[in-house]
Amino acid sequence: MSTLSAKVQSVLDEPACATNQAKPDSERKKGCNKLLAPGAAAGGCAFDGAKIALQPITDVAHLVHGPINCEGHSWDGRGSKSSGPLLYRISFTTAMTEQDIIFGGEKHLYKAIKEVVEKYNPPAVFVYQTCVPAMIGDDIEAVCKAAAANLDKPVIPVNVPGFSGSKNLGNKLAGETLLDYVIGTEEPAETTPYDINIIGEYNLSGELWQVKPLLDELGIRILASISGDSKYHEVARSHRARAAMMVCSKAMINVARKMEERYGIPFFEGSFYGIGDTSDALRRISQLLVDRGAPAELLSRTEVVIAREEARAWLRIGPFKTRLAGKRVLLFTGGVKSWSVVAALQEAGLVIIGTSTKKSTPDDKERIKELVKDDAHMFDDLKPREMYKMLKDARADIMLSGGRTQFVALKAKMPWLDINQERHHAYAGYEGMVALVREIDKALSNPIWDQIRRPAPWDVAAVRDQLQIHIA
Amino acid sequence: MARVTVGQKQCVVNPLSMSQTIGAALAFMGVEKSMPLLHGSQGCTSFGLVLFVRHFREAIPLQTTAMSEVATVLGGFDNVEQAIVNIASRTKPSLIGICTTGVSEIKGDDLSGFLKLIRSSHPELGHIALIDVSTPDFEGAFQNGWAAAVTRMIEELVEVPLLDTGLSRRINVLPGCHISPGDIDELRDIFEAFSLDPFFLPDLSGSLDGHIPEEFTPTTLGGISIEQIRRMGSACWTLAIGEQMRGAAITLEHRTGVPYVLFDRLTGLASNDELMAFLSRESGVPVPKKFRRQRSQLVDAMLDGHFHFGGKKVAVAAEPDLLASMAHWLHEMGCEIQAAVTTTGSPLLESIPVEEVLLGDLEDLELRSAGADLMVTHSHGRQAAERLGIPLFRVGIPVFDRLGAGQQVTVGYKGTRDLIFDIGNLFMANMHEPTPRTWIPQHGNEHNLIALDLPQ
Repeated sequence: MSTLSAKVQSVLDEPACATNQAKPDSERKKGCNKLLAPGAAAGGCAFDGAKIALQPITDVAHLVHGPINCEGHSWDGRGSKSSGPLLYRISFTTAMTEQDIIFGGEKHLYKAIKEVVEKYNPPAVFVYQTCVPAMIGDDIEAVCKAAAANLDKPVIPVNVPGFSGSKNLGNKLAGETLLDYVIGTEEPAETTPYDINIIGEYNLSGELWQVKPLLDELGIRILASISGDSKYHEVARSHRARAAMMVCSKAMINVARKMEERYGIPFFEGSFYGIGDTSDALRRISQLLVDRGAPAELLSRTEVVIAREEARAWLRIGPFKTRLAGKRVLLFTGGVKSWSVVAALQEAGLVIIGTSTKKSTPDDKERIKELVKDDAHMFDDLKPREMYKMLKDARADIMLSGGRTQFVALKAKMPWLDINQERHHAYAGYEGMVALVREIDKALSNPIWDQIRRPAPWDVAAVRDQLQIHIA
Repeated sequence: MARVTVGQKQCVVNPLSMSQTIGAALAFMGVEKSMPLLHGSQGCTSFGLVLFVRHFREAIPLQTTAMSEVATVLGGFDNVEQAIVNIASRTKPSLIGICTTGVSEIKGDDLSGFLKLIRSSHPELGHIALIDVSTPDFEGAFQNGWAAAVTRMIEELVEVPLLDTGLSRRINVLPGCHISPGDIDELRDIFEAFSLDPFFLPDLSGSLDGHIPEEFTPTTLGGISIEQIRRMGSACWTLAIGEQMRGAAITLEHRTGVPYVLFDRLTGLASNDELMAFLSRESGVPVPKKFRRQRSQLVDAMLDGHFHFGGKKVAVAAEPDLLASMAHWLHEMGCEIQAAVTTTGSPLLESIPVEEVLLGDLEDLELRSAGADLMVTHSHGRQAAERLGIPLFRVGIPVFDRLGAGQQVTVGYKGTRDLIFDIGNLFMANMHEPTPRTWIPQHGNEHNLIALDLPQ
């Protein structure tokens, strides 16, 4: 366990994380692993976070070593899409029993790995450690090592028992696993000056494919996406990229930073949510590649694509303005940068009346303040009951949030749009922002709202009297 | 007589099973103003919560003791205490149902001891029922956890009656976890038509039936009240649905003297005839006209439907009670059960009309489903059904890729009739149109054809 706690300690004290570096010395080491309040906690565990980060690798077998609570309730639930292999959607678990607890689960795990390799022959097996085997002392690193040697196949231990911390920590530990066991273990057949890595993008609902065509057009090759729609060998060869973009806030910042240190791959933090952000991201990718030796004409080609796509997106968002003008939005984005979506919503005429800043950095908060002026409220922690009241009192017209608060809005008979990881629509890039505005319009203009807010006949005095007359 | 076998695989592929832990949690959700609490790390709760949200499409009250690594080593007393205090102040529940996980079981936390200590040091929580149930996820399955939670609620809450109970119109109903909120509504209508007054424990029809509450509630939206549970000893008899509920029914009988009757299923003509005869005899009320009509409609649906069910090969995977219910009924409609896979042991399994019942997973089901006309299991069967190119009828939990899972009704004459329509329509939609080449004779394969032509 000591190696795990050292690992946890090191990823929490992340030098490249601005949020963490802004903290006083005493707090910095605690990182973002908040102490959870029993009875008042929400959110996934470290294992959940690791699975979210690694399962998008589509051609490997993801084998969960633990009893059924870990994998049995969560498989086939994550919306990461694949352009080819489907093995990642098959669920593998040792489903530990009392027998394993008494005698230890190592032999069982070894046999399970062997079975998976014999039956499915994947390029690699990822083995996830969970709480119960960690408690009884199953050494998955040793089992994986033995299995890898005997089966002649990479077998990667992902040491993420749920009780070690939050989902965010699990993301980071998953990144450490890739750094320790996968990245740099193979060489690409060829490299180009246009090779990049995209780190922390999971291709939920196919969002990577909303951006990839633009990169293709520019001749920029995604050497590896870590990890959305990626294959094992791509990740193993990703150390030969010329530059990297780190997406999705800070979830995999450790991967980006260490790849810069180890392999000299410069990176920037960017977002594909929002029109301006997408343009910035494309610009910075091109700039980094040119800095690393790609021909400078890439920059002007990039500007041409940006100008064309921005104009196209604004043109498509334009017609929604009259329909959406003045509609009030509550925006609870969680991990996604609030401010990057805010601009697009404002362009469509929507008014942001409140947004969450729970996961935002002070820097983010400043930018939100600039964008939404004084008419917005920033909430660090809005309780469901208060959220419900705001919606019930019709102080907002629509709420954009994650699935967790879905029913707070719906039970108040208010429109709601899913913008979290379980969502079914893709909102990345220029296409994505148009889609988001279109979905908001669809939600707001649906004819059900008028109907369902009408009182039931027995609650209307005039009708009630009539009914009585009728009965009499 | 089916042979019951246990899979010998080391790696479970595409699990069918879910844990006792969340089975118990769901049972607690059938109680009014209740908050189930899982004693484990926060992932245990988060996965279960998401699963139920996707199935019921409702907000799910479910909390965690959020065990950290250190707390797991030192013992979870502080976490349990803090969780109960936090839940009490934030959500004001009437009941907190505390379910253990593998994590807390292996540590050996003495939950009932914890609760005694918490009771004595927190007199202000006296009005909240605190019920612990042992539900390690390394043994048993979902239906065991559900039954265990119901048994614990009976042990802790039901009062021993003082008066003779025989004259009451009150009955207790103990539904298994395969009985949906929609089923409970249907059953309530049936019992009330016989002038009976049923208490359902648990009653998901009040909490997870999908309705709009007047106000925001962080606990369950409805269900049986604690007060009603206390009074279950005053009923004239108890009706348990599903073999899984036998233990709970016996506990209730021992505690209160209320006798029980167990129906292992309520799907199909014969089962419902039995139910009607029983209700009429016990209530003294003749079978109401509407059920006579419904029976006649069911018989007609069987006549219309049997063309499509007869000889069809069906692969079924579900928890024992649901598996037995579906397999027997499909067999009664003329289907052949090609494969039966389940999660855990049950005395019912041997009676299932199939050669082998396997305790296994959905990979086992897939391997045994080639050539079948229909697959029946929960939504996780979708990948296998797609690969095999056969239709999937979704039953049980979770059903996350269809609307109305909580309102799927499979009990009663009417429920059975509608089930014939739903499954019959799937058969009809997947009929293979003949082509000019369909009947070109391939000489030499007569012996294979004989095997296919004959019913198994």
